[in-house]
Amino acid sequence: MSNIPEQLKYTKDHEWIKIEEDIGIVGITDYAQNQLTDVVFVELPEIGKQVEKDKNLANVESVKSVSDVFSPISGEVIEANEKLSDSPETINKDCYGEGWIAKIKIKDKAELDSLMSAEDYKKLTGSESH
Amino acid sequence: MYSSVIDEHLTTRTKAAIFDVSHMGELMIEGKGSITFLQNMITRDINKLKQGRCFYAVMCNNNGGTIDDLFIYRFNDNKFMLVVNAGTIDKDFKHLIANKENYEVEIKNISDETAKIDVQGPEAEKIIQKLTRYSLEELKRFEFKETTIQNTQTIISRSGYTGEDGFELYLKKEKAAEIWNNILEAGKEHNLKPAGLGARDTLRLECCYSLYGHELSEHINPLEAGISFTVKLEKQDFIGRKALEKIKQSQKKLNIAFELVERGIPREHYKVLKDNKEIGYVTSGTMSPILKKGIGMALVDIDHSEIGTEIDINIRDKLYKAVIVKKPFYSYKGK
Repeated sequence: MSNIPEQLKYTKDHEWIKIEEDIGIVGITDYAQNQLTDVVFVELPEIGKQVEKDKNLANVESVKSVSDVFSPISGEVIEANEKLSDSPETINKDCYGEGWIAKIKIKDKAELDSLMSAEDYKKLTGSESH
Repeated sequence: MYSSVIDEHLTTRTKAAIFDVSHMGELMIEGKGSITFLQNMITRDINKLKQGRCFYAVMCNNNGGTIDDLFIYRFNDNKFMLVVNAGTIDKDFKHLIANKENYEVEIKNISDETAKIDVQGPEAEKIIQKLTRYSLEELKRFEFKETTIQNTQTIISRSGYTGEDGFELYLKKEKAAEIWNNILEAGKEHNLKPAGLGARDTLRLECCYSLYGHELSEHINPLEAGISFTVKLEKQDFIGRKALEKIKQSQKKLNIAFELVERGIPREHYKVLKDNKEIGYVTSGTMSPILKKGIGMALVDIDHSEIGTEIDINIRDKLYKAVIVKKPFYSYKGK
């Protein structure tokens, strides 16, 4: 079973977001990193980039494939986790902590309503892993 | 249990891994006309292949395009085995039949009844030796022996697709699961692990071995693919020779190896540029688990194929700096 922290919000594309006032910290879920296996490269967004909900925020690459990381919300990228440039495998080791990808200044908090709770996400991954 | 591509890759390089490659095809060529027939079919000189040995070869069409790349085993003057790619078994078989003409040969497809298990890595000999009475020490690279592994008839070939010492085993499919399990058991104390096609691909790419459908195709001839050692224009006539002679005189493209100078991973079909001008495309690319860099092979204009040439790879519309390097990235480490 994959690890799904209660306090986070999720997308059907396996991103998580942690809300800290008007900032959202974004990463990929334990389920996602497990499916990818070894993450060997992360293409981070540029600071100041305006991102839209459900559009490309970053790219995460394993040996075999390239996967989009979609932004769970619209807003401006205010920080990217530069540590992932040198140690992309941090995503495999600690996807909800040190392996965060970007911090986004949230444009419209109403968008948060469409995100999934931990419980909903658990159901989604439960059905996908069968 | 399979682990991850990187783990399987590094295990092959440092210990040993076992691969199920039974999807590969095996075609038997038998009869008095075998040598002259094969001499017409392949671009390499079959007379240079000694009994009890195997070599890498290429079959071309009349345009010099590659029908397939394969390994040929010489049992004796009248018996050969062609080990071909899975996706081209039927095509190769038809191509051989279509060119059988009056040659005294019988062509048989034994792919469905034949399993192939590869055991590759520095520990491979110790592991396989536990299961056979035949002394593997006697077997040199590219030599093979028809013998037994635990009473099962097996062709043991000292060869592979990984850049490491190792063996390719051919046996009846009914016995494959049992032998697989017994090898796994014998390999336990040597840290043997099963590995999949993902690792097989990164291993061969570090060695710059071609993969059909990527470096080679009916539209890419072996000269352009950078494997001219397989093309012997001076031997007797063969299918594709005239076209290849012409291509050699005015060759326009060449497959090269490159590594990224910046962080990033090149992938198949990404464009290769020189001074903002497109000069070719990536045929295979990956993150090298050994070099920990983005590496790849690319088919480029021959005018820009010199080692040391600085090029750019277009990755999602961003240009990443790369440099053409000498093949291979990883040299054969076996005996």
